[in-house]
Amino acid sequence: MAKRVGMEVAIAAAEAVALCRIDVAAVYPITPNTHIAEHLAEIVADGKLDAEYITVESEHSSISACCGASGAGARAYTATSSQGLMLMHEILPIVSAMRLPVVMGLANRAVSGPLNIWNDHSDIMPQRDSGWISFFAENGQEAVDMSIQSFRIAEDPEVMLPIVLNIDGFQLTHMIEALELPSQKEVDRYLPPFRPLATLHPDKPVSMGAYAFPDIFTEVMKVKDSVLIDSKKTILKAWDEWGKQFGRWYKPVETYKADGAEVLIMTMGSMGETASIAVDELRAKGVPAGLVKLRLWRPFPFEEFREAIKGAKVLIVCDRAVSFGGPGGPVAAEVKSALYNDAGRPAVLNFLIGLGGRDVTVENFKDILEKGVQAINKKPAGGYIFYGVRE
Amino acid sequence: MTTKKKYPEKWTELNPGCMVFEAGSAKAHKTGSWKAQHPVWDNRKCIKCGVCYIYCPEACVSRTEEGYYAADLEYCKGCGICAHECWPGAIEMKEEEV
Ligand code: SF4
Ligand code: SF4
Repeated sequence: MAKRVGMEVAIAAAEAVALCRIDVAAVYPITPNTHIAEHLAEIVADGKLDAEYITVESEHSSISACCGASGAGARAYTATSSQGLMLMHEILPIVSAMRLPVVMGLANRAVSGPLNIWNDHSDIMPQRDSGWISFFAENGQEAVDMSIQSFRIAEDPEVMLPIVLNIDGFQLTHMIEALELPSQKEVDRYLPPFRPLATLHPDKPVSMGAYAFPDIFTEVMKVKDSVLIDSKKTILKAWDEWGKQFGRWYKPVETYKADGAEVLIMTMGSMGETASIAVDELRAKGVPAGLVKLRLWRPFPFEEFREAIKGAKVLIVCDRAVSFGGPGGPVAAEVKSALYNDAGRPAVLNFLIGLGGRDVTVENFKDILEKGVQAINKKPAGGYIFYGVRE
Repeated sequence: MTTKKKYPEKWTELNPGCMVFEAGSAKAHKTGSWKAQHPVWDNRKCIKCGVCYIYCPEACVSRTEEGYYAADLEYCKGCGICAHECWPGAIEMKEEEV
């Protein structure tokens, strides 16, 4: 039976990962890591989990160790944050190209400089094209559930791709929440043992990560792209089965009061909860506002996204990272390109909010939604706005 | 015997993760054509220490029947490491002729 606990989200995520019976955790054991890594170390040291806990000298090494471990046939996990992810950057596309289903818990934090450490999405956005599946959790329960789902999806023979689970740093990782921890039996029922495509073993030699000449490289990239796109089928199936088993349902794009909404606000991660309160308050006043939450960042769920925003006149995209000198926040840029060929597309407003831990309140979201309402009749200027910047 | 294709013809024919299940298959790629120089051994100076054999990053230096050493030029990259490491100076790098 699942147990209801009051627990710090990072600790709960570590508990969930331990329930997945990982074989190897390779982590950089200090800052910028979180309690996810620390608590996993405790679980292993206490003998509660038979796993190899490798404390490496950098995140470049932690992801490399996971890559090797996964190649050897181990279920491998790593956790990191901000600068740590930047240091992993070089290895990320190698893990996906080698089809190694490593799972990473990422406590999203701002990337330096200046040194900041608080929550935003500037760490994950530069990794967008690494070929990893990328999920966003909205609350502690989702961080727990999706940690477990991640292994099942990543290791599906049709997928065999690494997954990064984005869990907002501080806003989620450092909060104590009431949540349900599934039992070992329940997790074992949902998550079969890892069956690798091949393992590094001297009895049956195999080369992983071999060299590709120009006359084959394009084909390799085509495979990488199509495997990632096709992974959505498995993701949907795994979420469906999760819903049936645990009663909590997951969708690539979640909506809240979006039916009949003329103005939609789109968030990723923890901000959805605050934005939903703003939507409630405006709806109570008769304002046709609604919320769209993007859970699946890669592969981008084009169909579900179009379905979710159908009928809206204005779509407000909240970005938590800056694409300096570019077309707007990274999410808005993608949303706009996704909508380009749709005749009835809504006007898109782009706000850069919650950068480097700047608090975004219900009042802020109401203000942003009201700006969206004004844009129903007056076409917005385009571009993007640093919301709340002191002028 | 069926003749093996050098490369998969279509992207759908690639092994997952480009894994290679055949040991030693890199031998099929004679990458020695990249070099601009090649090593030439003067066995009169060679003391048969085997340092060139150990240092060659291509592992293309091997021992001959007489106990001297020689490179397989189909794989040698012409990096010159063997010549640099051979302290009696038995190896000289010579320009490739075009
Ligand atoms: S390093 Fe020089 S001396 Fe030693 S075996 Fe090679 S050629 Fe001979
Ligand atoms: S030149 Fe370089 S590659 Fe060629 S034999 Fe010498 S060490 Fe090996």
